[in-house]
This record gives sequence, structure tokens and C-alpha cells, in this order.
Amino acid sequence: MTEFSIDRFVDRYASRAAGMTASEVRALFAVASRPEVVSLAGGMPYVQALPSSEIVAVAHDVLTEMGDVALQYGGGQGTPELRERLAMLMAEEGVVADPEDLVVTTGAQQALDLIGKIFINPGDLVAVEAPAYVGALTAFGAYEPRFLPIELDDDGMIVDELDRALVRGERPKFVYTVPNFGNPTGVTMSYDRRRQLVALCREASIPIIEDNPYGLLRFEGEAEQCLRTLDPENVIYLGTVSKTFSPGVRVGWALAEPSVVQRLILAKEAADLCGSSLNMLLTQRWFSDEKRWRGTLANLVDTYRSRRDAMLDALEEHLPEGAMWTSPSGGFYVWVTLPEWLDAKALLAAAVERRVAYVPGTAFYPDGRGRNKLRLAFCYPTEERIREGVSRLGALLREEQQLYGSLRG
Amino acid sequence: MRIAVIAGGRTPERDVSLRGGHRVTSSLAKLGHDAWLVDPADVKLVEELRQHSPDLCWLALHGKEGEDGTVQRLLDLLGILYTGTAALDSELTFDKVLAKDVLRRAGVPTPDWVVIEGWALRDLGAGGALSTAVERIGLPCIVKPSRSGSALGVSSVEREGDLAGAVMGALSFSGAAIIERKVIGTEVAASFIGEPLEALPLVEIVPKDGVYDYGARYTAGATEYYAPARLDPSVAEAVRTAAHGAIEALGTRGVGRVDVLVGPGGSPSVLEVNVSPGVTETSLLPIAAQAAGVSFDQMCDCIIRAVGARD
Repeated sequence: MTEFSIDRFVDRYASRAAGMTASEVRALFAVASRPEVVSLAGGMPYVQALPSSEIVAVAHDVLTEMGDVALQYGGGQGTPELRERLAMLMAEEGVVADPEDLVVTTGAQQALDLIGKIFINPGDLVAVEAPAYVGALTAFGAYEPRFLPIELDDDGMIVDELDRALVRGERPKFVYTVPNFGNPTGVTMSYDRRRQLVALCREASIPIIEDNPYGLLRFEGEAEQCLRTLDPENVIYLGTVSKTFSPGVRVGWALAEPSVVQRLILAKEAADLCGSSLNMLLTQRWFSDEKRWRGTLANLVDTYRSRRDAMLDALEEHLPEGAMWTSPSGGFYVWVTLPEWLDAKALLAAAVERRVAYVPGTAFYPDGRGRNKLRLAFCYPTEERIREGVSRLGALLREEQQLYGSLRG
Repeated sequence: MRIAVIAGGRTPERDVSLRGGHRVTSSLAKLGHDAWLVDPADVKLVEELRQHSPDLCWLALHGKEGEDGTVQRLLDLLGILYTGTAALDSELTFDKVLAKDVLRRAGVPTPDWVVIEGWALRDLGAGGALSTAVERIGLPCIVKPSRSGSALGVSSVEREGDLAGAVMGALSFSGAAIIERKVIGTEVAASFIGEPLEALPLVEIVPKDGVYDYGARYTAGATEYYAPARLDPSVAEAVRTAAHGAIEALGTRGVGRVDVLVGPGGSPSVLEVNVSPGVTETSLLPIAAQAAGVSFDQMCDCIIRAVGARD
């Protein structure tokens, strides 16, 4: 008798790799990415809206004028010129930043990983919104924390819940939040909640990680102050150009106290020495022409706004009674809550067969909740496809309702 | 030989099929064949086959369209040979509602079951019969789609209150749900290749977290396999007999895998037969072949030769 181990390294993996397994949801996405399926699942920015000839020109200029820099290693912190541009971008939302307090990362996703690396010991508690950005859960998850999920409502994180947890004696290492048009809910934290969160965390000496990828994609209304503005010393702010320019250049950043920045730089250098010089120069050059980047951003916002409208109208028209959803004023996502008895994960196969895809809610909770919830993204498909996709989803949900009625006799 | 490996498709098992299809394609190339992969989701299959006129199609599709006789019937129509089981027998095997009846009639042991059809629920008020199903089958039970693979849509139900949700989950993958008595025991796969079919060593499946679900199947290292299975010789013989009875009854040809549960007392129960067993790096068929000293390339060669050796 022989024991067959398919993976001969199986006894060698670290415990943090244990959760990295194949999943049926991933398998379904292999079909969902087929062109005949209307995918309301992935949050891909609509890069087709970028003026490609101008980008070609920028890339040409970078390579002809600064080729020897663009093709060389750079410093771990990112070039000072780029950091200045990024500080200028943050100023759009009222955040005052010294470029020296910035570290450029490979997308904000790398900043999440580096934050996990410098802050989390195995077993540490990390407070996250429930639901939370799945990429943050997986990035932090690799450092083996326990999660403290804090419920959200239409005003964002319910800070009273965090307060109660602290009273119970819970001591999270940090609190992670996407306060503007959050992923997956599209919800924006109200001003009162922001003040409450900042005050509570300051008093308890718990740092806040403010992840703000969508803040500049505002469709209407006035922006709330960033948490970083409310308490610069206690908030680590993460930004990215993935939504305002291109996710393909992988340029994000963290803004923090100098002591934190220093550790982030060392961690970054250990991870990948430095970011891509070529992409950093491209980004820096792109944002050096104010008329150009503002015009492009305005186009993107107009496109996303129309798509958001199309999705909300279609939801109103097609979703059966008992379903509820958020109405975001920006960003990429609408969060749908189905009646309790519906299991969005189990339903995904039938949805894909009907050629529409979404992300089941369970992906966004660290504790298996969210079975009757799902995330819809309006950023990538055209308005027509959004309407078609939501109509297919609505038909399926109505059938399920009928089936459920029959099952209950 | 010129061989088109048909893999991919539009089913939830697309990914698994492509992984297996790529492995087979490179293996066939090593064996000296002119082999290429054809994904029916990317090209019009008939046009592609007419244009490149292969001598043979290797069917690496899984799930509906690939295992249910659809592709087989199309290839019959085009007059192209293909690996594995004929159209009608594929259809019969893939539909667990039909297959279980065939097995029982042939005297092959299979766990007791009842069927809930989606349309009967909607139009005939079959929901009222759920409690009867529970009385008949007992708890815990397994609820699964009649036509699906890779354990997709399968759930184990401990409490009657969870049954409706499990049935809805199974119906998400298929038009009918099977409610089956849960056999607690050792999971064993009996694989066969060649013409006539020859048994490969039994493979015992020990998922690390106890459940052989999608993650346990396709994550390297998530499941331990023992080949040959650690069974008493008499029990192993009973498993082989049951498995052989199953492939005889269902007309399996060229390649097949029978999933068997060995219950308390060593009695085997056949769960299902697969006419297109997975051939990814974590799949049971290649493990069984390896245990018999048959390399992946030799296994592919044997499956190809089986096509030529048919009557």
C-alpha cells in the first residue's frame, strides 16, 4: 500500500497557506468570464474610457526622455516627483500630505499586505467592516489574525458595535475601513460616524487604516472629510491610481507617520526591492497634465454614474419583492440583500447558466455570514448589458421564490 | 494519429476540464500524435472538426454537454470516433436518477434514494412530499443534483429544516434533486481503462477536513489518497465486484470511474459512475494508474487504443 500525496510539499507548507484552496465559486467564474455571460461580478475599471493615443504618447516620452531611469531599479519609497503628484491627488479630497510621509506600493493591495506584515502577529485581533473588502481579508489573513467583524448600515461602520467590543475587553491591533463608496456595499460613512470612529480609536490608541480607492469617483453630493484629515496622527491612509487612471500600472500608496513609513519601506524593499520605475514614471507624467487627468476622470465619473443609474433602475424593475439594495453615490458597487431563505452562493451556478454572474456575499465576511447577499458591479458592462444582466437575475430570483413557495407547501 | 482533445465548455467544471485537457494534449504529443485542444466555448465545434478532420476526438469535457451524450451524439453524426462511452450509455450514466434505477435493477448496491423534480415542485405541489422523503430516507441524508459533477451542488443534511435549502441548492445545478441515504464509511474510487475494461487498483480517499468537496478534490494536498485502498481483501473484492457490476450495467466503455462508499461491516454502495473521469494532477484516475505502475502517458495510450479495439 502506498500513500499518494499529490503535492509532495504538503507537510512543508506554513499554516497560513492552509486556507488557500480551490473553490467552486472560482470555478464558476471561469465560465462567468465568457463573453456570453453578463458579468456583474468583477470590479474591473472601464479602461476603455482612457485616451489610448495620449497614453501611447506619454509612454513614448517617458522611454525616450528617461529610458535609463525607467528601465532601472529605483528607491523603495518611490520617486519624490511621483509622491508629490500623489500628495496633490490627496489634496483633492482635503488630505494634507508631506510627500516624505508616503510610500509608493504596487497597488494599494501591496500596502494592505505590508500593513499586515508590520502589524499583525498570529492570533492578533483585526477589526474590519462586515462585509469587508475581500482583498483586505485575504491580505491580512495571510498573517493569521482573528477578525472582529463590525456591522455596517447605511451610514457605514456601526461604531457603537466597535465601542461595545472594546468595552468587552477586545483589543484590535487596528481598524480597517473603506469609508467612501465601500467595496462591496457602496456605502459611505457619515460625518458623525467618522468623528465617532476617530475619537474612539484615538482614545483607545487603536490605529485606523483608511482605504480610499473610490473617493474621487463621486457622482453627486459633497465629499465627507477623510478620516486622515480628522486625525492625521492615528490614521494610515491608503490610495491608488487604479480607479482614477489605470489598474494596470499598479501604483498605490500609503500615507502614514514617519515611523510607520520607515517600516513600510523596509518591508516593501524586502518584498520586491522597489516598484516598477517605468510605471511610476508613466503615472507621474500622466498626472503632470492637469487638464488631461481631470478630463479623463470626469469622463470616467460620467460613465460610471450612467451605469449606476442603469443598474438601480433595472433593480427596481426586475428584482422581486423582499430584495433590498444600496444606492451608492459613487464607486463601483451595489450590495443586494435577498430574503433570508435564499442562498446566493448556491444560486450562482443557476445564474451563470442564465448567463449572468455576481459575487456571493459570503466572500466578504470572515465568518461565513452573508449567504443571502450578493455584490453587483456596475463599472465595466455597458448600460444595455447591465439592464440585460439584472433582468436575467430578476427572472431567476422570481423562479426561486416560486420554488421556495412550493417547497414550503 | 490526429487527435482533437475536446475540453473546456460552458459548465461549472470548465476549469477542471481545461486543466485535464492540457495534460492529455501534451501527453498525446509525447506519444507521437498530432494533438490539439479544442474548446467548444471558443470555436464552433462542427466547423472546427470539419476543417481539421481529426482521426479521433478525446473527450475531456465534464458535466452537461460533455458527459450527457450530447457531444457523443454529434460525433456519431459526423462519423468521428471518440474516447469512452457511447452516447446513450453516457446519457444514462450522467443522469443519476436514471443510473441509480439501472444499478438497482442490475442488483448493484446503491444507497436508497428518492427524487424531487423541479417542475413537480412548481406545478404539482411536490413540496408537500418532502416530509415523506425524510421518513423514507432518514437523516442524515445527502442531497445532490441529478446531473452535475465535481460534488457541485451537493450537501449533507442533518436536520429536516435544512432540507428545503439543500434541495434548492441542488436544483440550482439541475432539473431534479436526489435525496439519498447518507452512508458513513470509507470513500473508494474504482477506475477502469482499456478494451475490455481492466480494473486499476482501488484508491481510498481521505479528505483532511472530512468532506470530499470541491476544494478537497482540486487543491493539491487537501486530501490523502491510498492506493491500493487499505481494505480487507474480502472487502476489496466486494468493492471490485460492485464496481464491475456498475460499469457492466451502464455500458461503460474505454475508461470509467466508479465511486463507492464502504459502509460499516464492509458492504459497498455504488454512488455513481463517471464516463469522463477527471485527469487533473489531483484526479483519482491518474492516481490509480500510477499505483498500477502505469504512467500518465501509458494511461492515455491505453484509452486511445481502446477506441481502435472496439468491436
